Amino acid sequence: MKTEELIRVLAADGSRPVVPVTRTLWRALGLGVLASTALLLLLLHPRADIPRAIFTVRFDFKLVFALLIAVSAMLFLKETARPLAPERWRWPLGLGPLLLLTGVVVELSTQPAAAWGGLLVGHNAVHCLSLIPMLSLPLVVCLLVALRRAAPMKPIVAGAIAGLVAGGVGSMLYALTCPDDSPLFVATWYSIAIAIVTSCAGWGGKRFLRW
Amino acid sequence: MERSLQGDTCAYRNLLVELTVGLRHVVRGRARAAGIDAEDVVQEVLLALHLKRGTWVRGTPVAPWVAAIARNKIVDGLRRRGHRTEIPLESVMETLWSDESDSEGQAHDLERVLGMLNERQREVVRAVSIEGHSAQEVAARLQMSEGAVRVTLHRSLKALAAMFRVVPSED
Repeated sequence: MKTEELIRVLAADGSRPVVPVTRTLWRALGLGVLASTALLLLLLHPRADIPRAIFTVRFDFKLVFALLIAVSAMLFLKETARPLAPERWRWPLGLGPLLLLTGVVVELSTQPAAAWGGLLVGHNAVHCLSLIPMLSLPLVVCLLVALRRAAPMKPIVAGAIAGLVAGGVGSMLYALTCPDDSPLFVATWYSIAIAIVTSCAGWGGKRFLRW
Repeated sequence: MERSLQGDTCAYRNLLVELTVGLRHVVRGRARAAGIDAEDVVQEVLLALHLKRGTWVRGTPVAPWVAAIARNKIVDGLRRRGHRTEIPLESVMETLWSDESDSEGQAHDLERVLGMLNERQREVVRAVSIEGHSAQEVAARLQMSEGAVRVTLHRSLKALAAMFRVVPSED
C-alpha cells in the first residue's frame, strides 16, 4: 500500500473529534474508585466503631498514609501516559513513606518494647495481604484499560504508577474495615500489600501497555 | 493540529502529508544503515501517530510530540528488523532508488499485514485507501451503515498496528 493511500485511510478515520487521553484517565480513575468502593460495601463491612475511631490519631494516620500514597502517585499518572513529559520533581512519591516512618518512630517511642511484636502481627495480617489487592483490582483494571489508549514511553513505570494509585485507594478502603491501627502493622503489611499491587500492575504494564 | 483533532479530515490529511515529508527525511538515513525499507517504517510511524493522537496536549508544541512517537517506533522497527548482519544488495539498491525520487515509496509490510485482516475489514480499508471513497460511499456500496463502516475502519487500523508489533518482517 502506498503511503498516500494510508494517509487517506487515516484521515477518513479521523473524522470524529478525538478524546484527550487525560480525560479518559480521569474517567477511568472515577469509575475505578467507585467500583472498588462498591466491592468493599458488597463483600466487607466497615468497622462498627468508625464514628469513634475517626477521632483517634492512629486510625486517621492509616487513612492519611493511604491517601498520600494514592494522591502522590496520581500526580504522575498523566505524565507516564504520554510519549514525552517534562521531568517532574519526584519528591511527592516520598511523602507517604516519610509519614509512615514518622508514625513508626512515634509508635516505637510511645509503646513498650514488649508490645511491639503483638502490634506488628496484629489480628488480620493475611486479610490485609489478600483484601488490599482485591479491593485495588477494579481500579487497576480500569486504569490499565485507559492507559492502553495512551502512549507511555515506559510501559512498566506507567503500569506501576497505576498500581500505586490503586494500592493507595485499596489500602484506604481496607483501612475502614481493618481493626489494626498500629503504624507498625501498617508499615509491615500495608506496605507489602501495596508493593504486591504495584509490581503486578508493573508486570501488567509490560504485558499490555506496549504500543 | 488542533483542527485535525476536532475531526477536520482535510486539515488532518494535510498535516499527515506534511509530517510524512519530514519523517522520510529522518527515517531514511537510519533505515539505509540498517538495510531496510524506509517507507515501511514511515508507515508504521504514521499509524502510531494516528492511533495515539489523543496523547497530544492542546496548546503544546507539536514537533517534540511527533518526534517522541517517531523515535519510539523507529527504534522499535529497526530493532525488530535489524537483527541481520548481512545486508542484501537488492535492499540497498531499492533504498538508493527510493532516495532519488522523492515520490511515494511502495512499502510491503503494510500490504502483508493487510492480508491478515478479515475480509470485511480488508474491503473497507481498500475502498477508502485505493479507491478514495468516503465512509458514506463505502457504506452504500457494501450495504453497511455508515457507523459500522467507521467502526470497522477504526478496528482495522488498531489491528494493523498490533500486527506490526508481533509479525517479524521478511525482507
